[in-house]
Amino acid sequence: MSADMTADSGAGPADTVDAARSTAPAGGGTSAAEPSSGAIEGRSPWQLAWLLLRRDKAAMISLGFIVFISLVAALAPLLAHLIGYGPTDQDRTNGITVDGLPVGPSSAHWFGTDNLGRDILVRVIYGTQVSLLVGVASTLLAVAMGVLVGLAAGYFGSVVDTVLSRAMDVVLSFPFLLFAIALVSIYGSGLGISVFVIAFFTWAAVGRIVRGQTLSIREKEYIEAARSLGAGDLRIMFVDVLPNLLAPVIVYTTLLIPIAIVFEATLSFLGLGVVPPTPTWGNMLSDSQDFYQVAWWFPFFPGLALLLTTLAFNLLGDGVRDALDPRAGRLFQD
Amino acid sequence: MLRFLLRRLLSGVLVLWLISVFTFGLFFVAPTDVPRLICGRLCTQVQIDLITKQLGLDQPILVQYWHFLERLFHGDLGYSYYNSESVNTLIASALPVTISLAIGAAVLWLVGGVSIGVVSAVKPRSFLDRSGTILALIGLSMPSFLIGILLLYFLFFLLTTHGMAWFPPSGYVSISSDPLEWAHHLVLPWCALAFITAATYIRLTRNQMLEVLGEDYIRTAKSKGIARRRVTVRHALRAALTPVVTQFGIDLATLLGGAIVTEQIFGLPGLGRLAVTSVIRQDQPVVIATVLLAAVFIVLANIVVDLLYAVLDPRVRLT
Repeated sequence: MSADMTADSGAGPADTVDAARSTAPAGGGTSAAEPSSGAIEGRSPWQLAWLLLRRDKAAMISLGFIVFISLVAALAPLLAHLIGYGPTDQDRTNGITVDGLPVGPSSAHWFGTDNLGRDILVRVIYGTQVSLLVGVASTLLAVAMGVLVGLAAGYFGSVVDTVLSRAMDVVLSFPFLLFAIALVSIYGSGLGISVFVIAFFTWAAVGRIVRGQTLSIREKEYIEAARSLGAGDLRIMFVDVLPNLLAPVIVYTTLLIPIAIVFEATLSFLGLGVVPPTPTWGNMLSDSQDFYQVAWWFPFFPGLALLLTTLAFNLLGDGVRDALDPRAGRLFQD
Repeated sequence: MLRFLLRRLLSGVLVLWLISVFTFGLFFVAPTDVPRLICGRLCTQVQIDLITKQLGLDQPILVQYWHFLERLFHGDLGYSYYNSESVNTLIASALPVTISLAIGAAVLWLVGGVSIGVVSAVKPRSFLDRSGTILALIGLSMPSFLIGILLLYFLFFLLTTHGMAWFPPSGYVSISSDPLEWAHHLVLPWCALAFITAATYIRLTRNQMLEVLGEDYIRTAKSKGIARRRVTVRHALRAALTPVVTQFGIDLATLLGGAIVTEQIFGLPGLGRLAVTSVIRQDQPVVIATVLLAAVFIVLANIVVDLLYAVLDPRVRLT
């Protein structure tokens, strides 16, 4: 399984060989400034990937959508002010029927109101904040952990590898949703703990992939070259090995974000995520469970927002994968 | 072979032990006042002390853990803090529900996912292929509770209000009392689970099939004049199925540990629901038991999958 994944990294290392010697920041593409390469116009693998990605219509639309919802999340207070309701404001005159039921979409409330007379549009907008924040933060944390552990396990091998791999096995054998729920119930729910819990149960998958790739890169000649030039372990790990792992790591990151978003929404749905009355798509859907029969808009809008967001990230992730590495097959196990 | 099995079993036991330590430790350091929880507000200090002593909570954690292990090896999972029912009984009554749910859904998603994947791979870029890809993408992006709500809205609520009460919204009927009602009550949850899980299988099967169909021996088989259908099914699918089997083992095992969200939405009294209720009640013996049981399923599935690998793919040798 990892054998055919090594083939893809063949594209990267060529420019890292000289990167190791001369231009230090090259090959990584981590910095925005690409190395200018004299008279002949050279395109780094990253530029080529970007060109490929730009041709992928679905991925570009998804990227547009993601930028859009990021703006919505950032501007949530402003948008709420323009709409005229706060996320927890109850409109007792227009927002609720005499029987105490939600009111459908109207000019006063474009997306209708919920069972407490709160504006669903404003709440969906605020829900974007939580979803994106938790999705991105937990993914970054998980990727950082996975990369560190996977690099160490793959690079050092022997005892370090055995211990770290076993640790990853244990984490992957955890019934994670169940355990996440248990954790949250003990230590209380909230934004921070959601991020931590999600990261804790997703890093091992990244770690495994990074370890597998590191194992094969470790044996390459340019690593030997770097070592004979006197490079230390840390330098080899982060300067010579890591840049060659960036492609799978970036792909995995984009594909992990929707998983984290769904995870957060599930926690919220079960009443174990961010504490109400802070709106999240998950807890709105949970609240709507008793009302979907009389108020279709109540589950519809948060559900749609959630689905479109995860779809956009998945489509973008597929696009990024095709662009960076057309041959890489499945990247996630769950 | 035997050595392989032995080694895997040992490492599986090690993983389970680590999980038990972790779970136990986590709940031990939890800021929960168990005796107070059991006894209620109006408890006297004497009663609380008595309960503490009965449960052995006054002993050091290592001793408590040792007692826990001792009981575990005698097949006794302890008693619920909430209603002092035996945890064994609780699990025994929840397990059939979860097994029914998992197996039915597994059949659906395996058959559905693999056949859509095969059809997509045989005619890439066709209309069927594109529909399959889109279906897979939606399934992959769909949270399980969302599909549950959608199914309930359309197949239960809308149909019922239009006079077609075809599907019950919730509940469980045991297979021994009425097999038809059993299936009837499980159709919606099966579909919900199968839809989101099948997505992975569509993609996996499609990718694997495309890869295998490009190999030399397939061309050889075709040029020998073997019928197309036979080449696809006998020659290609068998080779393509190996990673599907891996995925299937792990997915099924995860589900057997309890389909938390689906059980919640469709009101099925399975392991997932048991786990969530006990978590909310801080009923630690039950929570630890459900976590361990779920982990046992996953560890076992990993071993079985490795063994199946060797059966399915003659090139794999277990050492």
